[in-house]
Amino acid sequence: MFSNKTTAEDLAGVITAAEVKGRSLWSDAAARFVRNKAAVLGAVVLLAITVFSLFGQYFAVWSNEEIDWSIMGKISQAGAPSFANGHYFGADELGRDLYARTVQGTRISILVGMVGSLVAVVVGTLYGAIAGYFGGRVDNIMMRTVDVLMSIPFMFVLILMLVIFGRSIVMLFIGIGLISWLDMARITRGQTLTIKNKEFVEAAIAVGVSPTMIILRHIVPNLLGIVVVYATLLIPGLIMTESFISFLGLGVQEPMTSLGALIRSGAGQMQFGVIWQLAFPLTFFLVTLFAFTFVGDGLRDALDPKDR
Amino acid sequence: MFAYIVRRFAVAIPTILILIVLSFVLMYSAPGNPFNGEKIPPPEVLANLQAKYGLDQPYWKQITNYVWNVVAHFDFGPSFKYKDRSVNDIIAQGFPVTLTYGFWSFVVAVVVGVSLGVLAAIRHNTWIDYLAVGFSIGAQSLPNFVMAPVLVVVFTLWLGWLPGGGWNGGQWQYIVLPVVALATSYFASIARITRSSMLEVMNAGFIRTAKAKGLPMRRVIWRHALKPAMLPVLSYLGPAFVGMVTGSVVVDAYFSTGGIGQFFVNSAFNRDYSVMMGITILVGVLTIVFNLVVDVLYAWIDPKIRY
Repeated sequence: MFSNKTTAEDLAGVITAAEVKGRSLWSDAAARFVRNKAAVLGAVVLLAITVFSLFGQYFAVWSNEEIDWSIMGKISQAGAPSFANGHYFGADELGRDLYARTVQGTRISILVGMVGSLVAVVVGTLYGAIAGYFGGRVDNIMMRTVDVLMSIPFMFVLILMLVIFGRSIVMLFIGIGLISWLDMARITRGQTLTIKNKEFVEAAIAVGVSPTMIILRHIVPNLLGIVVVYATLLIPGLIMTESFISFLGLGVQEPMTSLGALIRSGAGQMQFGVIWQLAFPLTFFLVTLFAFTFVGDGLRDALDPKDR
Repeated sequence: MFAYIVRRFAVAIPTILILIVLSFVLMYSAPGNPFNGEKIPPPEVLANLQAKYGLDQPYWKQITNYVWNVVAHFDFGPSFKYKDRSVNDIIAQGFPVTLTYGFWSFVVAVVVGVSLGVLAAIRHNTWIDYLAVGFSIGAQSLPNFVMAPVLVVVFTLWLGWLPGGGWNGGQWQYIVLPVVALATSYFASIARITRSSMLEVMNAGFIRTAKAKGLPMRRVIWRHALKPAMLPVLSYLGPAFVGMVTGSVVVDAYFSTGGIGQFFVNSAFNRDYSVMMGITILVGVLTIVFNLVVDVLYAWIDPKIRY
């Protein structure tokens, strides 16, 4: 009897060891993503920009608020990018170091995009999943609310909010968070409608799982693919929104800055022959947007079964 | 069809009301009031001022008054900053300007975008196609606040061909740069949408039939391919319109054209809430009406859609 048990255990060990390694949806997707050169390039660039925005200030000679008095008033000659005086990207019209400011601006811009996208993931996914799962009148009311909110010119309302409640980064987060989830809610609702009729949901209902648990354990995990794709594709749009507001001078306030605010001051100064003030922030802005778009498209090709 | 239009209206009207109430509530919750500036007027004067602007009335009365004035008389009330001007005066001054270059931008975006897309699709996989696609990918990622300064550098500072701002009664030289800045990313998007939907349509059975029965290519495209290929473009026009209205704020502010966007930004700096609210509501109503028109058009063009 004892020997019998050992052989059974041995057999079990052999079977576990010999088990064919399964290919999950995610490892499949990862393989497809890696094969997509543009997406990988985008991911690498994105990583580099993130590292730059997080640790770039440790390589700066000047801080972002310090004024270099020695070049003030002759920025167009002495303020050009140079390694000799420590202004790698040149200086702005007040003699502040553009490198340090670009690092800071990139950080704020990426942060705004990430936070907005995070709100969209949490709020939008749950909202859409609830509306889609319950259906009927709940769905109708919830989605009509989204329709109404979507037809409001949010950029104007956002600026109105920023003016009324003060222009702070927190207010910007709140404002962008308020609108960023709408599209996500629509997308996840549509997806939930197809998922909720699958057998595993039926099985869960049959064994008496509560609706909350079904949504959290069975529906949301199956939405994740599409959510990741749209969350990534949402980020460049949000960065664009923030830059738009900052370009008008209504976004984050000095001494904080963002890429949009830097582009604004660069655009205002360019007739004085200080083209680097526009060129560096603009390059970072465009490269960041491109990188996010490439990564998002790559993720969509890898994860969204529709487009294959 | 008629029932569908009525239903769409039934959604649009409450949306407009919600927008009006929302912006009023936002403004009402702003800290401070318009009269506690550096010099606080004596109490009697303050009371008179508040009575004049209706601020002494209860909250719900103020809301209903405002909504009623906007809905029934299209009256947005007085400006808080300019004593002699009402919000309506400001809109009447700025709106024609915005409308002029907004209209041209829309025309340029649609005409250039559609022709570029169709051209790329019928010359699929030739250098024309690659050029068009490359160009539109590049142009699509340039937002208007990047286009505007770049255009001014090139055409005003380097080449000196066009004025870098102002309006001057709407002479064509002053319209060109704002229109290009506003339309670029949208005609690029429209070109890409047109191209892909046109490619799909050109592979359809009925196009093969049309070719097989010996129709000239020109007729195949104009009579058979273009209309179904336009449907995705049509559904993009709503978002494009919203984007252009929003973008006009940047264009107004950057080119100092004197449109409503410039007033919006100025009043944002001046905390002139009533002007901001008026413009927000105006833009919202325009957006909602435009989306309504697009939806109705869509239902009319696409016989497959039944509501």
